[in-house]
Amino acid sequence: MSTEITERAESPVNYLNATSGWKSWLFTTDHKRIAVLYLISITFFFGLGGIFATLMRLELTTPQGDLFTSDTYNKLFTMHGIVMVFFFLIPSIPATLGNFLIPLMVGARDLAFPKVNLLSWYLYIFGGAFALTAIVMGGVDTGWTFYTPYSSTYSNSFVVLSLVGVFIAGFSSILTGLNFIVTVHKMRAPGLHWGRLPLFVWSMYATSLIQVLGTPVVAITLALVALERVFHVGIFDPAIGGDPILFQHMFWFYSHPAVYIMILPGMGVISEVVGCFSRKRPFGYSFIAGSSLGIAILGFLVWGHHMFVTGQSMYASMVFSILSFLVAVPSAIKVFNWTATMYRGSIAYNTPMLYAFGFIGLFTIGGLTGLMLATLAVDVHVTDTYFVVAHFHYVMVGGMVFAYLGGLHFWWPKITGRMYPEAWARFAALVTFVGFNLTFGPQFILGYLGMPRRYHAYAPEFQAFNVLSSAGASILAVGYAIPFIYFLWSLRYGPKATANPWGAKGLEWETTSPPPTFNFDHTPVVTEPAYNYAPEEEVEVV
Amino acid sequence: MPEFHLLPEAASVSATQYDYLWWYLVAVSIIMTAVIFAGVFFFAIKYRRRSETEIPKPIEGSRFLEITWSVIPFLVMLTFFFWGAALYFRNQNPPADAMNIYVVAKQWMWKVQYPNGVREINELHVPVGRAVRLTMASEDVIHSFFVPAFRLKRDVVPGRYNDMWFTATKPGRYHLFCAEYCGTEHSGMIGWVTVMLPKDFENWLAHGGGEGSMASQGQKIFQQMGCSTCHLFDEQGRCPNLKGMYGSRVLLSDGRTVVADEAYVRESILNPNAKIVAGFQKDVMPTFQGLVSEEDILELTEYIKSLSETRGGMFTSDQTGPTAGGGRGGSIGNAGQGSLDTHGTSMTNQPSRPEANAQAQSVGQPAAPKAAAPGGKQ
Repeated sequence: MSTEITERAESPVNYLNATSGWKSWLFTTDHKRIAVLYLISITFFFGLGGIFATLMRLELTTPQGDLFTSDTYNKLFTMHGIVMVFFFLIPSIPATLGNFLIPLMVGARDLAFPKVNLLSWYLYIFGGAFALTAIVMGGVDTGWTFYTPYSSTYSNSFVVLSLVGVFIAGFSSILTGLNFIVTVHKMRAPGLHWGRLPLFVWSMYATSLIQVLGTPVVAITLALVALERVFHVGIFDPAIGGDPILFQHMFWFYSHPAVYIMILPGMGVISEVVGCFSRKRPFGYSFIAGSSLGIAILGFLVWGHHMFVTGQSMYASMVFSILSFLVAVPSAIKVFNWTATMYRGSIAYNTPMLYAFGFIGLFTIGGLTGLMLATLAVDVHVTDTYFVVAHFHYVMVGGMVFAYLGGLHFWWPKITGRMYPEAWARFAALVTFVGFNLTFGPQFILGYLGMPRRYHAYAPEFQAFNVLSSAGASILAVGYAIPFIYFLWSLRYGPKATANPWGAKGLEWETTSPPPTFNFDHTPVVTEPAYNYAPEEEVEVV
Repeated sequence: MPEFHLLPEAASVSATQYDYLWWYLVAVSIIMTAVIFAGVFFFAIKYRRRSETEIPKPIEGSRFLEITWSVIPFLVMLTFFFWGAALYFRNQNPPADAMNIYVVAKQWMWKVQYPNGVREINELHVPVGRAVRLTMASEDVIHSFFVPAFRLKRDVVPGRYNDMWFTATKPGRYHLFCAEYCGTEHSGMIGWVTVMLPKDFENWLAHGGGEGSMASQGQKIFQQMGCSTCHLFDEQGRCPNLKGMYGSRVLLSDGRTVVADEAYVRESILNPNAKIVAGFQKDVMPTFQGLVSEEDILELTEYIKSLSETRGGMFTSDQTGPTAGGGRGGSIGNAGQGSLDTHGTSMTNQPSRPEANAQAQSVGQPAAPKAAAPGGKQ
């Protein structure tokens, strides 16, 4: 009792306890509270997408389509894709960790446009509500890629409602990106010039560029699909004068860069985590920062590699193939630099670092299988098979989700003021790694064997690997459930966090955990390069 | 029963070539993954934190290393690119003597038709050792023709023809999958490709039934739809004379020229005003969009092809006759399989077939090698 009072007395006013009541959350303009709102919402969508995935894996344990009808199965993979891509992966790190950290990392009181930031969250919720309505009313069965003319003419499901949901959520993404760009340009603390920015900020900046430049294109594309579906304007359906391949060009013009929206923030997290738990400035800082921009730019030039078998000109295919190899170079630079950062470091095996190890390994596999897919002749065989499914899950789950979980553990003390239980967390990281590889590793083999994706029933010879995959998925589910439980537990029972529990560098660690509403008591002045782990010089706070 | 395989069967010329490339990529990927994993594990153990207060010496980046690990991987990737592109390039262009088979995809079945009129559903029979070209159309949404044992796949896109070709190497039955999601029964849009020895194939093709060759059925449609009222076989018609047109270069009213190939015929049926032949009027021919199916168009195309192949008038009187045998005999003759056996269904054609072949090639060749591909029909 007495200790509790003492603690409360000691605990300063922070963003969590400064005001209370539901209005103080739903009308907040504090970037940290908005980040928490996002965290809750994307966790909900992640759970929903996970349920869809679980049901799919259950169905796929037997070759026959015995658990669901074909229509139900088709809706499951479609909604899994839509929910995971548009309502989890794209907002995940930017809207939670990015929202929370960018102002802290650049030493600002908030983002440049706090009200726009709140608007972003409402747009996201609004878009999500449309998608949920579509799901509740009976679902959508077009695949998350909405290929025409199936989506625009043939599908008998709630396509327009889902399109509207994704369309609205797109604006949330655009506004978040815009907010980050302006914040990074205009609100850096004195002395924090571009060469001193944390690598997470660099990666978020590159991500924001893609969000702002790419998202409008997919919004237009989806609007055109809705236009064709509702008003029968011939755009994509050849029966009324359209071109179905045009849709693919427009869709992938955004959706390939969008995979970099999903992975670049993860790369930023890994750069921070590897540096901190090696107690070293990341090797090749400027190359890691520059490669983020390189990926953002080159990522816009490779969309045609999704279309090698559509009948597009073979010369176009060759150009897209070689550009796809080119975009792998900056990714490779990052992987080599993270590894080199550990050389002669002081490496601690805290949970965020374990996730970083997992990220480096799994992203490497995801990247290398991406090179296989960029190889024209091989793509002809493995595109639209489980090989592609495995490849992008290695990048999106093995890469992005691992980075997200690593980042969440890393900054959890800063966000909540509480420590998570380290032993459980290490165990969960291991379970996740094992479950993940067992789920998606066999799918590479299934793909080369020729099992097409989006198959409700499949040939019996594919069963063994599918059973392995489903078994892995159940382990993976456990790996996700454990953190969910102990994070909730830690909110109440976790030990209190100090301002800088990891001994990390960066302005976010200079303020209390959790930070006060306006982040810093005084505007910080930066006098040293980023990640200056050498003890002599320190960040001076005036 | 569950079985373990790491590769599907290899039953085409390209399958074997793809597998070599595949193993090369797998080997490079395993080496690269091993290097990264080893680096991470080795550093993680060797440089583990030994005291809470230790601060390692900072190391700045190294431009030399950065350039090294950018350039060397890219050079390796270039080998991927060139090898993959070379195979891809090879597989884009069917040889001129490839046997033509038509595939129409619709939700959720594969309809296959041979020039001699034999039809199949969800089955495709092909001979060993002979290049086969599939001309593929879709009646509804996008499908994708995927035969894992051939390591080949091609989208079948509504509104256009996509083609693919292969040379099967091993008799057997192989999976045919639809690889592009196409709706409810997508995973049921499957079938079998049966690869047969040439003699078995000829036997099969001869006894496959059918209601006359594709060309003769195309001719019926040509009459029914009233095409023949304007497309006369002389220069008097309101529409171009189609005799000898297929495969030739056609001068258009806007000064361009196009090769009269399958895509041009298809477009001219569905959207006649798109490319008007020089000297003819717009809006004379109505669109047949919605009136003819993709299969009808393919049969009309075969008929129009046959008008070029028989320009000398050699077989015009045959068109109502037993042309199926002639078609088959012709294609087999072209392939050089050495079989002159036409199973007795085409006595009228047999004596003059060699000339027909010679003629077909001489007509087809100047403009488009493709035109010679299904050559020798009728």
